[in-house]
Amino acid sequence: MEFLTTFINGLSLGGVYALIALGYTMVYGIAKMLNFAHGDIIMVGGYTIMVFFNMTGLPLAAAGVAVVFCIVTGVLIEKLAYKPLRGASPLAVLITAIGVSYLLESLAQIIFGSDHKMVILNHWGTLEIGAFSVSYNTIVTLSSAIAIMIALTLFVNRTKVGKAMLAVSEDRDAASLMGISVNNIITITFAIGSALAAVAGAFYILKTPDVSTTMGSMPGIKAFTAAVIGGIGSIPGAMLGGLLLGIIETACLAVPALAPFAIAIEFGLLIIILLVKPTGILGKKKREKV
Amino acid sequence: MNGFKTYFTNFKKTFKVKNFIMYFIVAGAMILFGGLGAAGALKRSFLVLLEQMGYGIIVALALSLVVGFLGELSLGHAAFMSIGAFLGCYFQNSVFPALSSSSPFVALLLAMLIGGAAAGAFGFIIGLPALRLKGDYLAIVTLAFGEIVKVLFQNIPVFGGALGIQNKYRYNVNSLYIIIFAVLLLTLIIVQNLIRSKHGRAVTAIRDNEIAAKSTGVNVSYYKIAVFVISAVIAGVGGVLFAGTQNTFKPAKFDYNYSINILVMVVLGGMGNINGTIISAAIITFINVRLGTVLTGNLAVLKDIFYALILIALVIYNNAPALKKFRSKYNLKNGAAAVWNFLVRAFTKKKAEPDPAREVEFGADWSRIPTKVEMDELLSTDFIPETDKPDRGEGGEGK
Amino acid sequence: MNEIVLKTENLGISFGGLKAAQNVNLTVYKNELYGLIGPNGAGKTTVFNLLTGVYKPTNGTFSLMGENLVGLKQAEINKKGIARTFQNIRLFNNMSVIKNVMVGLANRKEYKCNLAQSLFRTPKYYETEIAMRAKAKELLDVFGLLEERNQLASNLPYGKQRKLEIARALATDPKLLLLDEPAAGMNPQETEELMETIKFVRDKFDMTILLIEHDMKLVGGICDELTVLNFGTVLCQGKTDEVLCNPEVVKAYLGE
Repeated sequence: MEFLTTFINGLSLGGVYALIALGYTMVYGIAKMLNFAHGDIIMVGGYTIMVFFNMTGLPLAAAGVAVVFCIVTGVLIEKLAYKPLRGASPLAVLITAIGVSYLLESLAQIIFGSDHKMVILNHWGTLEIGAFSVSYNTIVTLSSAIAIMIALTLFVNRTKVGKAMLAVSEDRDAASLMGISVNNIITITFAIGSALAAVAGAFYILKTPDVSTTMGSMPGIKAFTAAVIGGIGSIPGAMLGGLLLGIIETACLAVPALAPFAIAIEFGLLIIILLVKPTGILGKKKREKV
Repeated sequence: MNGFKTYFTNFKKTFKVKNFIMYFIVAGAMILFGGLGAAGALKRSFLVLLEQMGYGIIVALALSLVVGFLGELSLGHAAFMSIGAFLGCYFQNSVFPALSSSSPFVALLLAMLIGGAAAGAFGFIIGLPALRLKGDYLAIVTLAFGEIVKVLFQNIPVFGGALGIQNKYRYNVNSLYIIIFAVLLLTLIIVQNLIRSKHGRAVTAIRDNEIAAKSTGVNVSYYKIAVFVISAVIAGVGGVLFAGTQNTFKPAKFDYNYSINILVMVVLGGMGNINGTIISAAIITFINVRLGTVLTGNLAVLKDIFYALILIALVIYNNAPALKKFRSKYNLKNGAAAVWNFLVRAFTKKKAEPDPAREVEFGADWSRIPTKVEMDELLSTDFIPETDKPDRGEGGEGK
Repeated sequence: MNEIVLKTENLGISFGGLKAAQNVNLTVYKNELYGLIGPNGAGKTTVFNLLTGVYKPTNGTFSLMGENLVGLKQAEINKKGIARTFQNIRLFNNMSVIKNVMVGLANRKEYKCNLAQSLFRTPKYYETEIAMRAKAKELLDVFGLLEERNQLASNLPYGKQRKLEIARALATDPKLLLLDEPAAGMNPQETEELMETIKFVRDKFDMTILLIEHDMKLVGGICDELTVLNFGTVLCQGKTDEVLCNPEVVKAYLGE
């Protein structure tokens, strides 16, 4: 039973990682850049939720506001910091993204201070069936994450905009020749990614009711790991990678001997996967022309 | 005697003041502050600042080899530093206590050797992925490496665990900065000698165009690993020096943010620009320390905001394709040339000509560094035909 | 009879099911100017990539001066004596012109100077450095690039970039020089000049040259022998005049 509990908890954590990883993978696939500031969007969402929840006491409304605010932030960052660098070296873009990440964290610290804040959104309790016990938070997180992933998959594969996104990720020049506005698609991608990050932020607070300036960086880096494990640029890959990483992390934490090394194990896994199969589980191989 | 004479003429033939000016500045600073320190004219806080500047510049030089000259991004250089710091400190504390108390200088020297060697070994290990991965992917591997090292140190009791290690023999503050400056001078000489040799040219060739470098006979694997090892050794030595300045330090100090701090120094100094890196590292350390005393509490972040904005603005200014024309018109070099022309005209009443023999530096302009690791190129390391799609050169499709 | 420089035997590579090059047999003699032509996608660049070690052949072998080079890495093949240029120019853009050439020179036996010698600037370092610089200037002078030696490679005009690429390839002291569409993007006048340069390189450096080209005027003007590739296989080979008159070749290029 303990095993099953761990498994469900792992899946739920994995769901959160998957939502963040989707943001990474979509931006990487479409804008061809590693958005290092993506994790800090979670933090922006976290603080927004804190402010609005403290004002109104309505967790869902706070999450909704956070989604909107994160979309605005994400799109603004894209327009101001990344768009001027379109076509420049990826290293330059990466360093800019690091700068943006730094900026967001520092701004948050100026506004809210560096101390951690408790935000308890609910008191739903736990579901207990015999020895099996899982908190309702976990169940809500897992089911919503799965619903969002299904919706996103449908959106990408069935709608016009979604297909345009796939086209841009396949070949930007060809897509723009087909009349797709690449700039708009990239903006939409950032908007979706930021919205997912805000939702992930809400789930994160459900799990650990703690808001701080650096709350986004570790989940962000781990979610990137998940995206790479699944195959960066691949949407199902990000979901798979996120779930896998969540299960591995929860399993490591459940074993006392391994618990302190959980992060090392996850990153070790990242390095090994990158070396053995750099394209990840579901990624496609691209190559350089000579 | 004759051999020495040829050596000297050869040296004179290749001598350029520009390449040596930093040696004079560093050596001059060492002598000046050494003298002032000996006379007791310097406050303790200033000596500590000099120490911080010294090891800061050393580590920035190490990173600049990887980022500015090899063209790969490392987000884990703090890890090399921490390996040097912890191993060096542990060595001084437990293995060599007798020597540490009687002859601290010899102990520090041996610690530098050991810390540097250990960091170098890890540099070799992290250089291996560099053979297969490039750009963003390699950056993430170095980041992961840094976090792993941090977690390991936090969980090894010998090194004090998360609480950190106690340095039982904190080096005398009145003389350590002179040693640090001497090491800095040596590092600077080694780095300059490396990049101004055929080996350095091979490294920059890899940065500029790896495929062409391979076909021109550059042993890419060897140089990538060599650069990572040399850089790691230097960072490790910097770490040992850092340890010498502390009474106690924690593994958490060398986290991702610390690596980013070093990167900021390199980027602001101009990628592939040694002198720029040194100046920016010195200035940033100075500002950090000075602002740290003025801005306390939450206000301390103001300087982070400032750095972040400068970093973003500078990278966009230097790299935005739309600003290309603007850049070539109004850059520092042209500005300096204009000022020079003005001065020459003012004093000699004739127009100064640009010197055609002036050597162009190694991509000192970071805007021009083409680490064009686009999606296609990212994973281009092995060419196993069976698993690949056809590539027929002219883009003719064969599906 | 002249000495054989390059010999390929049934050289071929397939990507999955697609045979990008198949049964390519070339024999290039010393001092020869050998052309490799064919329509787009015929596998010409693939052959170059095989010869320089970018791809490993799935079947067949090739040898330089009788030495089998299959399976060697790109840098090793270059050291054995095959140098190349690229269809889309690949210079070291952020390095000066002279340093581009010096990267090529670094592999020659006469400029041996190991890492430690460089790091500590032993007399050996100064010796080789000065000698390399002189040699590089000499090479640049041959190509009329001496004046621009301290400019960034990326600032050179297009035609000079092509020349610099050839100079860099020659700096590695090759026995065989591969030129991949040297006239691509050039106007007739520049092409004319390039033909002179190529002939000049052959005579001055006693070089054997294998080149890919689309410009029939250039091919007809300077090549001694030709091989025509089509769909990855050899369509015909022989003396330039005979090949260019061959009806099959005309058909491959122009259709029925």
